[in-house]
Amino acid sequence: MSPVGLPYFHSVTLDPDRCVGCTTCIKQCPSEAIRVRKGKARIIAERCIDCGECIRTCPHGAKKAVSDSLSALGDFRLKVAMPAPALFSQFEESISIDRILGGLLALGFDEVFEVAEAAELVTAATKGLMEGRMAGTPDAQPRPLVSSACPAVVKLVQVRYPSLIPNLVPLLPPMEVAARYVKEVLHPGESGIGVFFISPCAGKVTAARAPLGYEKSAVDAVIGLKDIYLPLRAALGKAGKKPISHAGGAGLAWAMSEGESKALGERRSISVDGIANVIGVLEALENGKLKGIQYIEALACPAGCVGGPLTVENPYISRSRLGNRAISLMPTATSRSLGCLGSLAWDNPILPRSSRLLDPDMLRAMIMLEEIEHLVGQLPGLDCGSCGSPTCQSLAEDVVRGNALETDCIFRLRETVRELAGRLLALEELKPPGLDTE
Amino acid sequence: MKYLYTVRGDDFARAGKASTEFKHVLSQLGIDPAVIKHSSVAMYEAEINMVIHAGGGVAEADLSPERVLITMRDRGPGIPDIDLAMTEGYSTAPEWIRELGFGAGMGLPNMRRNADELKVESVVGEGTTVTILIRLPTAGEGK
Ligand SMILES: Nc1ncnc2c1ncn2[C@@H]1O[C@H](COP(=O)(O)OP(=O)(O)OP(=O)(O)O)[C@@H](O)[C@H]1O
Ligand code: SF4
Ligand SMILES: [Mg+2]
Repeated sequence: MSPVGLPYFHSVTLDPDRCVGCTTCIKQCPSEAIRVRKGKARIIAERCIDCGECIRTCPHGAKKAVSDSLSALGDFRLKVAMPAPALFSQFEESISIDRILGGLLALGFDEVFEVAEAAELVTAATKGLMEGRMAGTPDAQPRPLVSSACPAVVKLVQVRYPSLIPNLVPLLPPMEVAARYVKEVLHPGESGIGVFFISPCAGKVTAARAPLGYEKSAVDAVIGLKDIYLPLRAALGKAGKKPISHAGGAGLAWAMSEGESKALGERRSISVDGIANVIGVLEALENGKLKGIQYIEALACPAGCVGGPLTVENPYISRSRLGNRAISLMPTATSRSLGCLGSLAWDNPILPRSSRLLDPDMLRAMIMLEEIEHLVGQLPGLDCGSCGSPTCQSLAEDVVRGNALETDCIFRLRETVRELAGRLLALEELKPPGLDTE
Repeated sequence: MKYLYTVRGDDFARAGKASTEFKHVLSQLGIDPAVIKHSSVAMYEAEINMVIHAGGGVAEADLSPERVLITMRDRGPGIPDIDLAMTEGYSTAPEWIRELGFGAGMGLPNMRRNADELKVESVVGEGTTVTILIRLPTAGEGK
């Protein structure tokens, strides 16, 4: 089954065998997309933005990303590995990028193409856009532009800040540019080419399978960074000596916070990382608070992609390593030009898709809202999570949407039981007239 | 349908909470994103003014299928010259407020830009009431 075009495709999934039904994840999810029902966590598909916060915080390792395995290599004639620049942050600086790339070849890939090179191309195109030099894009695009490189942020904007969709940079992300470059520029017309993206996150898996802004991705498979990490470490020793890296420091630095805005050279920019902080900045932007700002680099993960949910190292250690690697390189080093790719503009516009909508009929939604308000007043307001919904407010919404019961709240249940007990006592006093002794 | 929010004058960190909460309500109803943006900007500016200039107050948002009506009432010092206050760049905000990035004198003009109708009523020594009206597009009509 092809997931392309599925409206609510997301890549974060639950391993029911590991889930113990604790409520850690429901509290951490920034989209309130998780509920615990019947002792297991469930993800509400239309709300999940694939930020991977639950992968990071689940104490039982029960959340994972649906990704591909190395065995998919067998499906293609020519296998191309496309490492996200975050990969290089996972190794000590004494291990050169060339050795890591060599390790990928030793694992069975025929070629490597660094996504960092594509990031340099996207930077150049974004500069053009900022200066109003790009054809085919809305000329009156509002400022600030909001980077569209992080798929979790793009989805967040789509479902929660739809009024900011026009601010998104309408350009393909580096992963997609790299994949198209491999297929259309390096191997035009060839069949059997398999492009494997090595990903720091679940969001990129989704961007490869059910993308926003473009119809179909040229990426064939996505391998989670943590799945390839150990085999790759083992293969480092077998790596050949040939230097193969082409990317510059600026492209490499895209994987960490501030990398993108520094590469752009725009001082009137804000760089924000971590999904809760991103929400804070988008909220301020929607309130019209960020006057004069030209660019917002927003990354869902702490410290940027180096802190992606599928990475293995501490985000801040990774960022420091990658920063050191980046300054030892020329800022822009790729010798590639867009060639036949032409423009990097999106193929499709992104349409709003509110995940909060109660009912398409506004009057009906208003009635539901009133019911929710009423119910919230009856709940204790402790946000304890025992009901399986993250807050009392969200339980009320779940009840009114028909997805939960008021008595899922243990406090409401206790009250109901007490009422019932009172009624039972009263009933017990009543005796059938025939047995009634005077 | 009416929503009431108390805006605290002593809690700068929470300023903007009322407009954020009301925005949530609007998105649950499927209101057009452009309308949500206009209403959030206008309500946010009025809320911040209440915190900065008037020591807090009460925000009331009344919703019908035709319009959003936001009324912001405070018992602050009042505005002596409303026309002057409505001028772009006019501000009485003290230095420390400006250092926080407010006090450009753009709040009221911004409210006027985002509202379909804006009314500012004020009595010096008694308080200020700002009323923001935003019409909802009827089905089939964009904003
Ligand atoms: N609720 C209020 N109570 C008393 N005075 C007010 C109130 N709202 C506005 N004012 C007065 O009107 C002036 C202009 O308000 P406006 O919102 O346009 O600018 P500002 O708040 O000073 O700066 P900015 O909104 O750009 O941060 C204020 O400086 C203040 O003197
Ligand atoms: S910040 Fe990077 S790693 Fe994290 S979700 Fe976004 S794209 Fe993926
Ligand atoms: Mg103001």
